[in-house]
Amino acid sequence: MKILVAIKQVIDHHVAIQVKLDNTGVETNNVKMSINPFDEIALEAAIRLQESGIASEVIVVSIGEKPIQTTLRSALAMGADRALLIQTDVETQPLAVAKLLQAVVAQENPQLVLLGKQAIDDDSHQTGQMLAALLNWGQGTNASQIILKDDEVQVTREIDTGLEIISLSLPAVITTDLRLNNPRYIKLPNIMKAKKKPLTILAAEELDVDITPRLQTCKVELPLRRKTGIKVENINELITKLQTEAKVI
Amino acid sequence: MTEEAMTFDVVIVGAGIAGLSAAIKLKQLSSDISVCVIEKGSEVGAHILSGAIFEPRPLNELIPNWEQLNAPLHTLVRQEQVLLLTKNQSWNIPSWLLPPQLDNQGNYIISLGNLCRWLAEQAENLGVEIYPGFAATKVLFNEDGSVKGILTGDMGLDKNSQPKLDHELGLALYAKYTLFAEGCRGLLSEQLIQHFKLCQASEPPSYALGIKELWEVDPTQHQAGRVIHTFGWPLDGTTHGGAFIYHLEKNQVALGLIVGLDYKNPYLHPFKELQRFKMHPAIRTILEGGRRISYGARTLNRGGLQSIPELVFPGGVLLGCAAGFLNIAKLKGCHTAMKSGMLAAEAIIESLHPPFNNKLINYHHKIQTSWLYDELYQVRNSRPAYARWGILGKIVYEKILRGKEPFTLRHNKADHQYLKTKTHYKPIVYPKPDNKISFDLLSSVALSNTYHEEDQPVHLQLRDPTIPILINLVKYDAPEQRYCPAGVYEIVEENMIKNTTKNTNLRLQINAANCLHCKACEIKDPHQNITWTSPEGGGGPNYPNM
Ligand SMILES: Cc1cc2nc3c(=O)[nH]c(=O)nc-3n(C[C@H](O)[C@H](O)[C@H](O)COP(=O)(O)OP(=O)(O)OC[C@H]3O[C@@H](n4cnc5c(N)ncnc54)[C@H](O)[C@@H]3O)c2cc1C
Ligand code: SF4
Repeated sequence: MKILVAIKQVIDHHVAIQVKLDNTGVETNNVKMSINPFDEIALEAAIRLQESGIASEVIVVSIGEKPIQTTLRSALAMGADRALLIQTDVETQPLAVAKLLQAVVAQENPQLVLLGKQAIDDDSHQTGQMLAALLNWGQGTNASQIILKDDEVQVTREIDTGLEIISLSLPAVITTDLRLNNPRYIKLPNIMKAKKKPLTILAAEELDVDITPRLQTCKVELPLRRKTGIKVENINELITKLQTEAKVI
Repeated sequence: MTEEAMTFDVVIVGAGIAGLSAAIKLKQLSSDISVCVIEKGSEVGAHILSGAIFEPRPLNELIPNWEQLNAPLHTLVRQEQVLLLTKNQSWNIPSWLLPPQLDNQGNYIISLGNLCRWLAEQAENLGVEIYPGFAATKVLFNEDGSVKGILTGDMGLDKNSQPKLDHELGLALYAKYTLFAEGCRGLLSEQLIQHFKLCQASEPPSYALGIKELWEVDPTQHQAGRVIHTFGWPLDGTTHGGAFIYHLEKNQVALGLIVGLDYKNPYLHPFKELQRFKMHPAIRTILEGGRRISYGARTLNRGGLQSIPELVFPGGVLLGCAAGFLNIAKLKGCHTAMKSGMLAAEAIIESLHPPFNNKLINYHHKIQTSWLYDELYQVRNSRPAYARWGILGKIVYEKILRGKEPFTLRHNKADHQYLKTKTHYKPIVYPKPDNKISFDLLSSVALSNTYHEEDQPVHLQLRDPTIPILINLVKYDAPEQRYCPAGVYEIVEENMIKNTTKNTNLRLQINAANCLHCKACEIKDPHQNITWTSPEGGGGPNYPNM
């Protein structure tokens, strides 16, 4: 069974995000980039399925500009077999990504597509769902456990009220949540080996899908800083302050 | 369990300017030699912090077509100023009074981190293997006592040093020659200096702490290529140091304060000195309306030629600031670090031919006959002159004697021995941050993007756990609370139950996750009680353009 894992390169989650002075976006110049943490979990899940003999091949795919190759190389060092970069300078929005992934699925014929439940940069939480709809496949989102049996997959989903266990027939799309696994450290010799694994670059235009952005960014701003609170001495003072200053009662 | 091993011709510890220059030169001279560079930062540049005004001389030698290859040298120094500050005033020092070392014509204002990122690309194009995210934590020896290589640290140990589920053992990297290019106060370099007794003939090393901020300023305040150095306020007359303000491209301004770690007053708070420096009328106008982008700190060597240990030992050598090749009169160490790396590479290529000699004696010789040595020899008495006769002594020395004097002054003591007890001083009252120009420590550290896995052994170790309270607190009011530019050391009450006896319920808390890897604590702790060991590879700051 082939598994396709879609990964996105995002600003590393330890970096304090800076908004550009002209409010057109966030600063990415020389900022450390990494694989989106949820995608890393998806990749770890795929590698474990391969290690347990269930999957035959793990392919990673990413969409965007050329420097993303570094992130794909790390994915190869973690354990993926080969990588695919769909190269485009166009801002990648969820629908466009889903369409491009649909085209990659048509070429590669995986039985399972794994993605992070969301990317930590735009937090859209849409791509997996859109891809499943475009492919007309079953979907298991926010997975905290994945069990494969024959041509079925059982997915435990993290939902507001607890855990939901669903069963999907293959092929299927699964998006991964935080508790699914703990991704491994990359070993130094594996980084070396990863340099020799295949990484194919494909121009997005070659896949012949419309990826024109549908959303327009008007302005990017830092959230307002929360005002520091005050301490009140007693309940009476609280009530007066709520009436006279906050004017809420 | 035994660790896995890999073998190369040359292993280089540290992807700073020294290590990367050595790697590039090696491959230029011999394309089939195998070279591996390991770097503890999560990526090349992540742990690099400098001013920096860069003297391009060695880059012209190493990669003459750097301009074509888009090296990040964008801003030539155009205008230079040296200011003497008092609390509210500033005086311009006329250029005829200044020593020649402060002339920066033809030099560039750069981000050293970005230059290292570019050098790493050039090195990789030549076939050098660079592995960021791995720290060298141990020197490995051959049976004959020569250096065999290094061991990278384990990943995935918990805070009691027990393996976690994802534990990975370290990897041994063996080489014919191992080059130690760890920068100022290197972990393994210091161990080697002790092990091979390399400092028997040299003076005690001496250091300074540099704390730096990067700003994006109002375009009307920005003049690309403008350089300001200041001395005087906010430091008192007995504390060595000064500040720098460099206008880079894209409305960016790098500024910082350098404080000699031989300072005496235990109440001195280098971070707060920098914050109040920015409030000076001559400085704050530049910053008003701007935004702080980054923050960080690093120590630098200021011992000069006298403090440089022996460079060569069987199986390896010391490079760059790990050896102490910094020209303190110029406040520059990038060009000398680069040159030392190139010379080490030349020495290796000559020595690899049979008969193979594991001691790179020719490196020593090459250094002594290069411009690098001449330069350091000329300014060898600059720091001791400053220490003895103050700024005037330094100027007279650099301006008039210019190294031609037939004597060499000594440093006498190590930095930590200069610290006096608190009874000699009153606590310094620093102004509160205004959160526009000056800030508190923790919001500053946040801008260094520092991250360490929380569940790992504490990488700052105390030889004697009682010293922080029984001696440091009692005698010096716990100076580590102030000199650490990351707030790692905090004196806290052990528990909330009030204890009647004074001090017994206090303890030193070590917030190791904040550590910027500057090494000031190892240098300044009055009883040399703190040891900096390497945390898990990839941990530490993630500096963007420092
Ligand atoms: C505030 C400040 C301002 C300065 N201004 C200037 C200036 O204007 N001009 C100038 O020329 N110089 C300046 N310098 C000095 C200059 O920065 C240094 O001389 C130079 O960085 C030395 O280069 P290096 O390669 O020897 O060491 P570093 O730059 O310190 O690089 C060492 C590298 O090795 C890595 N490393 C260390 N130990 C290990 C290990 N055990 N395992 C793996 N990796 C390791 C580190 O993470 C780092 O990336 C300044 C320094 C400071 C602090
Ligand atoms: S703990 Fe030591 S090395 Fe780390 S930031 Fe503080 S002074 Fe520097």
